[in-house]
Amino acid sequence: MSFSQMSIRQLQQALRDGKTSSVELTRACLARIAATDERINAFVTVCAETALAAAAEADRKIAAGAVGPLTGIPIAVKDIFNTAGVRTSCGSRILENYIAPYDATAFAKLQEQGAILLGKLNMDEFAMGSSNENSAQGPVRNPWDLERVPGGSSGGSAAALAAGQAFATLGTDTGGSIRQPASFCGVVGVKPTYGRVSRYGVIAYASSLDQVGPLAQSVEDAALLLGAVAGYDPLDSTSVDCPVPDYLAGIDGGVKGMKIGLPREYFIAGLDPAVKQAVEAAIEVYRGLGAEIVEVSLPHTDYAVACYYLIATAEASSNLARYDGVRYGVRQQGEGGLSGMYEKTRAAGFGDEVKRRIMLGTYALSSGYYDAYYLKAQKVRTLIRADFLKAFKEVDLLLTPVAPTAAFKLGEKTDDPLQMYLSDIFTIPVNLAGTCALSLPCGMDGQLPIGLQLIGQPFDEARILQAAKAYEAETDWHKQRAPLD
Amino acid sequence: MKLTREEVEHVARLSRLSLEAAEIDALTGQMDQLLGYVEKLNELDTDEIVPTAHAVPLENAFRADEIRPSLGLERALQNAPQTEASCFVVPKVIE
Repeated sequence: MSFSQMSIRQLQQALRDGKTSSVELTRACLARIAATDERINAFVTVCAETALAAAAEADRKIAAGAVGPLTGIPIAVKDIFNTAGVRTSCGSRILENYIAPYDATAFAKLQEQGAILLGKLNMDEFAMGSSNENSAQGPVRNPWDLERVPGGSSGGSAAALAAGQAFATLGTDTGGSIRQPASFCGVVGVKPTYGRVSRYGVIAYASSLDQVGPLAQSVEDAALLLGAVAGYDPLDSTSVDCPVPDYLAGIDGGVKGMKIGLPREYFIAGLDPAVKQAVEAAIEVYRGLGAEIVEVSLPHTDYAVACYYLIATAEASSNLARYDGVRYGVRQQGEGGLSGMYEKTRAAGFGDEVKRRIMLGTYALSSGYYDAYYLKAQKVRTLIRADFLKAFKEVDLLLTPVAPTAAFKLGEKTDDPLQMYLSDIFTIPVNLAGTCALSLPCGMDGQLPIGLQLIGQPFDEARILQAAKAYEAETDWHKQRAPLD
Repeated sequence: MKLTREEVEHVARLSRLSLEAAEIDALTGQMDQLLGYVEKLNELDTDEIVPTAHAVPLENAFRADEIRPSLGLERALQNAPQTEASCFVVPKVIE
């Protein structure tokens, strides 16, 4: 039977009914990876042997009637998650030989619930990038058009789904790194509220912005995955101790009477006409489904990218100080004792974008500049967050494009860091505000998918999932498949 | 303001990065462009605004001081470039 269009719940039913086995599903994914990944480069590590062994074990559990919501489902995770015994290189030369000694909590939760790890997914080095061109393991190609980027930094997580290589994946989102690749690859991606999912064991980029989330082929699958990874973790003191609702329970509730806000600052001149048209058509779908559409304002939107590139780089410069060639990673010998070793190790181990961000962040935190840059950015962050909280007094959720354009060409923006950063203009404010958002397919620009962003109130993931499901039920965009064969 | 090459070299030292001359040149231009862009934040009056360090209000997370299983020596050392007698080995620091 063909599995590629089946939801995880349907796969679970098929497993329970004995119509397929976890070994069969795992083999199908491994075969698909073997057939397509030379072109896509989504996987940096494939765990074929351990995946098949775990699948056989899952089949024994299923036969014994011990089935969880993810038992036997083959998944893959971004190479930023520590996965015990498996290489975890985070897209970087400096970690190319690093074998994780423990599991990240989010991955451990999927594994405890029976998911099968197919392997680790390509990404921009240390999650810094919007195109997946900053990976030491080479760029990922968009399954919809191999000349184009899949988005970043979770480019492998989105491309693997679009290529039919896995049934769900995990990514991380610091300024749009789940939503923008989900948009470029035509899949669903959720950036949960800051604190909703544990970051324990997730290699840190910008700690006050980083958040773990799922990518999936449908809203329902994404909701199921989010429920599986969400929740307080004593090992992450920034995870929040508030109850995790059943995200599937109310997901079919529709949008009748929901108040959806359109932030006028997101419908700007730079928006590609195809994206504008697709988002406007989505608004009409929502109106038709009984939602009330109102215009709102997020007046500090235009300052978000500048604010982000000070805060994120400052935090990155501090977080990445740990790569010093002492406890893990590739060491280079240098002149001048310990400092010389540090400097050579880091110069050889980091790529250009990572160096650029460490430098910018170090500058923003350095003596004499802290108040002018870092502190100023933290104050502007307060204003951006206040914009959202004010808007949410008027509306239940916000609807916007995910990115100003569909997927751009490989190499198109690599020489101009600022242009690359501006491709995250609609996703970055959500991370600064610390609230939740998702991306779902809402149209095509020729052969390229377009994504719709729904932004929710803090810890109100259930509502944006419900609104996304209502749209998905009404449209067929999520059923489109990349023309890979 | 214009970022100078000397300032970039200073930041490279603070960042513990030994950069080639060509890298310093490229970074001087790029950082200058980015710092020029972030100047736009100064359009906003933030004198009375409290800075946000975290989007979620956080308090110190205390826990009971109990002995629990941890990573262990073997796994903690498994990725180290050089070890000896259960220690990380680094180049000589003190002559």
